[in-house]
Amino acid sequence: MIPAQFDYLRPGSLQEASEALASDEEAKVLAGGQSLLPLLRLRLAYPSLLVDVSRLEELTGILDERDHVFIGAMATHDEVLRSPAVIAGCPLVALAAATVADPAVRHRGTFGGSLAHADPAGDLPAVALALECVMVTSTRQIPAADFFLDYLEPALEPGEILVGVKVPKLGPGWGFHYEKFHRTAQAWAIVGVAAAVRRANGSIQEARIGLTNMGPTPVRARAVESALQGVELGEAVRQACAEAAEGTSPTSDLHAQADYRRHLAQVLTHRAVNAAAGRP
Amino acid sequence: MPRIAVTVDGIRYEEDVEPRLLLVHLLRDRLGKTGTPVGCDTSNCGACTVMLDGKSVKSCSVLAVQADGSDVVTIEGLATAGTMHPMQRAFHEEHALQCGYCTPGMVMAAIDLLREDPDPSEETIRHGLEGNLCRCTGYCNIVRAVRRGAQSMGQAVTTP
Ligand SMILES: Cc1cc2nc3c(=O)[nH]c(=O)nc-3n(C[C@H](O)[C@H](O)[C@H](O)COP(=O)(O)OP(=O)(O)OC[C@H]3O[C@@H](n4cnc5c(N)ncnc54)[C@H](O)[C@@H]3O)c2cc1C
Ligand code: FES
Ligand code: FES
Repeated sequence: MIPAQFDYLRPGSLQEASEALASDEEAKVLAGGQSLLPLLRLRLAYPSLLVDVSRLEELTGILDERDHVFIGAMATHDEVLRSPAVIAGCPLVALAAATVADPAVRHRGTFGGSLAHADPAGDLPAVALALECVMVTSTRQIPAADFFLDYLEPALEPGEILVGVKVPKLGPGWGFHYEKFHRTAQAWAIVGVAAAVRRANGSIQEARIGLTNMGPTPVRARAVESALQGVELGEAVRQACAEAAEGTSPTSDLHAQADYRRHLAQVLTHRAVNAAAGRP
Repeated sequence: MPRIAVTVDGIRYEEDVEPRLLLVHLLRDRLGKTGTPVGCDTSNCGACTVMLDGKSVKSCSVLAVQADGSDVVTIEGLATAGTMHPMQRAFHEEHALQCGYCTPGMVMAAIDLLREDPDPSEETIRHGLEGNLCRCTGYCNIVRAVRRGAQSMGQAVTTP
């Protein structure tokens, strides 16, 4: 379908973009358009104005800082998954970005857009949560734990633009894995698990687990994280991962029933933790 | 109405466009490049794939205004002087199409995946084409065609 009419603005500065957005309640940011344009084509959204932030310099680039990697909101999935800074400093982000959609969508869709869209089925929100990223916006910094308020609802005020994301480097000893379950290529996750695990002396010292599509927002599997502390690799890990669905509220839809999603969360968390801990 | 400048298959155009005009409709309805089809309403099928500044994109999921200042190559821009591009020829020779609806997008996506891996394995090809759906062929001949296209493109580069 052809989208409904809207105006288009390509602002020359972040300030101009914020002002345009703040002055019009129905205005929306346009980044890569890979979530927004499908919605417009299906006439599920009717913005009055699209503010195209794709050419704002502040939002581009990936910077390797001392204790974090700064990923500009407009960095595409394709740029992220190939970035040497990301691969070295926060490989979990690259692993998850590589599972997003297909090559053509990854050439346009952006890291910032994926987070600002706040779709719990998106692969990157759970990663941002697990890694305790910090969202840098046009006005402030927001910890990932406070960013995903509800389904498709990020903690962004009218006119507030996501500029980039600080992804902490976790340092030596950590292993990572993103386990995504989907039935067909190029599909969204039915459930996904982002795992970061610190190992020493054959046991798990610390784990951070983020779950994709297990509720209206991405969630941390806190029960598993504490159950994994100090646990030796092997059967004990499986037992700890059995708590993966604790505190989650997955939906039932065309792709899966809620109880099947809970089951998947356990199985996939087990796989993800083992893989992150270096065990096939 | 915004005025944009785009180069499509080597020719520069200046057009006044409604913001909601999709790139694929600019190509088909304004510029007559009907070689690029629209296969779906959900950005899934990849039939509309073109190169935008050298990278594959789904032209149904890009606004014409977003392509302002860019270089676009469609399936119609691949042949030179009436000679098919090696990848087009390979699709023909390997019988990699039946109705042909997915073919323009498949060929563009195939050329795109060779940027990264000029000699891809079957697995790499299947993975690289994950954004392109074919309702007819069952993909086997498409994969074979991409292998063959890659080989002849490699030869085209290495032999003078
Ligand atoms: C066929 C297909 C398959 C897909 N499969 C997957 C998948 O498997 N996994 C996955 O994670 N994603 C998937 N996606 C979505 C893809 O990752 C999108 O790129 C992403 O969700 C949105 O990024 P974008 O840059 O395209 O944002 P846009 O579509 O431009 O914007 C999305 C939303 O975020 C807002 N926004 C964007 N940038 C900013 C900013 N800087 N500041 C404030 N607000 C902003 C917009 O206003 C809009 O509401 C798929 C998309 C398609 C078309
Ligand atoms: S028409 Fe563009 S993806 Fe189907
Ligand atoms: S040949 Fe008919 S869709 Fe591919």
